[in-house]
Amino acid sequence: MLPDFLIRAGLAGLGLTLATGPLGSFVLWRRMAYFGDATAHASILGVALALAFGLPVGLGTLTVAVAMALTVATLSARGWAVDTTLGVLAHGALAVGLVAISFVKGVNVSLESYLFGDILAVTWGDVAAVWAGSVAVLALLVWRWQGLLTSTLDPDLARASGIDPDRERLWLTLALAVVIAVAIKLVGALLIAAMLVIPAASARALSRGPEQMAALASALGALAVVAGLALSLSQDTPAGPSIAALAAATFALAALFRHKG
Amino acid sequence: MLLEARGLAVTLGGTKVLTGVDFTIQEGEIVTVLGPNGSGKSTLMRALLGMIAAEGRVTRKPGLRVGYVPQKLALDASLPMTVRRFLSLPVRVADTEAQAALTRVGMEGMGARPLSGLSGGQLQRVMLARALLGDPQLLVLDEPTSGLDQPGEAAFYRLIAEVRAQTGTAVLMVSHDLHVVMAASDRVICLNHHICCEGTPRVVSAAPEYRALFGLGTQGALALYQHRHDHSHDHPGHDHHGHDHGDHGHGGHDHPVEAPGQARGGAELGATGHSDAAKGARDAS
Repeated sequence: MLPDFLIRAGLAGLGLTLATGPLGSFVLWRRMAYFGDATAHASILGVALALAFGLPVGLGTLTVAVAMALTVATLSARGWAVDTTLGVLAHGALAVGLVAISFVKGVNVSLESYLFGDILAVTWGDVAAVWAGSVAVLALLVWRWQGLLTSTLDPDLARASGIDPDRERLWLTLALAVVIAVAIKLVGALLIAAMLVIPAASARALSRGPEQMAALASALGALAVVAGLALSLSQDTPAGPSIAALAAATFALAALFRHKG
Repeated sequence: MLLEARGLAVTLGGTKVLTGVDFTIQEGEIVTVLGPNGSGKSTLMRALLGMIAAEGRVTRKPGLRVGYVPQKLALDASLPMTVRRFLSLPVRVADTEAQAALTRVGMEGMGARPLSGLSGGQLQRVMLARALLGDPQLLVLDEPTSGLDQPGEAAFYRLIAEVRAQTGTAVLMVSHDLHVVMAASDRVICLNHHICCEGTPRVVSAAPEYRALFGLGTQGALALYQHRHDHSHDHPGHDHHGHDHGDHGHGGHDHPVEAPGQARGGAELGATGHSDAAKGARDAS
């Protein structure tokens, strides 16, 4: 019989991969990997703010992730170089967040658990939050799928069909912020991007269509969660990094498979 | 009337790209907007389609169905996409419809192919098939043959003429390509931030504004044409050329295919076909 904490960890991880497969595919298609990474780093500031004001940590990370994502999207639309904006805002927010956390008195904060996650310590409440966030994001992506895909393929093609690509990008940005907010407790701010990018990149090598790639990315993510938790349990390795490492291993296998086929 | 603009003006980044443009396109009409690089051709098309903000008044026929074929597709290698899946964007279509559309553009049985594996000409045909799936009243093509070689280009414009004949759709094309305009259009608009001249291909080719816009290229091409005509035995089939042309482009203009040895590329050399066509039209009339 599996221990309760492991069941909670497994359910939380599998819930997360429901959203990270399709969302991570969009992150690849639109070359938003660095954007996702930067937004995740900035969410550490949200942790600090939430602790300082006695608010739920999830609310803090969600607020900061949305604010960060919208700021970067707005500045880049006005002609600022995206990587400059990201570099300044993301690492600025991360640094300020780390400093701010040291000022929060009376709270014994394990910083490491927000940077690398602590999936083995999630509560049933966390599991519920992850599933709620993931299902909401998945529903959003399914609802907007055709418009999102057309805008991603060619913004002008979308405009000619009456689709506003800027609005579609806003939906994606929002979805990314939600996923980061629920994932930070599981895999941490530094490894969220790994959960988005690596399974999708593995799936790309094996897919012929966008829907196939999104579904396969979720499946490969789920495989990494289960195998990573097993590795963590048997070898006493840190769980979040183990999951990311096994996702990377599936990428290597997929790349080999592609060259054969 | 499908689409009409009055006093259209567009300013991009502080520069006036278009001023005082009046434009109308009727049902079933093929109109080509012609102009040098940076003259505002694509901007006009984007303003007419409402893709960018513009001053002035644009009136569309209520419920106008537009099919749009972009100049090229910025396909990212990370996005797997088959021909069949592409045809279902943004509106999903049934397999039978998709097959019919591919057959119409000469791409039958290619549905399973990845878009990234297609040649430039095949991709243009697939994009045309996608645009036709919406049963458009107006087909808009932005320099549709910019990536094609000359025979490919001629074949593509023949296909456009066929599609118009079969479906009755109006066509608005943007081009910097002189000979194509002469062969495949009912009406030509010369644009250089404003409309310099417009009319049938014959009228426009004789207009001084047109010659001013394209410089000495026309003169040079005429000289080249006459030189070539002295040796017309090099080009079998050439004499029949004018007959096709009298039927305002319906029959297509396959001269470049018949004479692959003729000069390619460059404004001056590209003009060869056009003056040839104009001469052909004069001969026929």
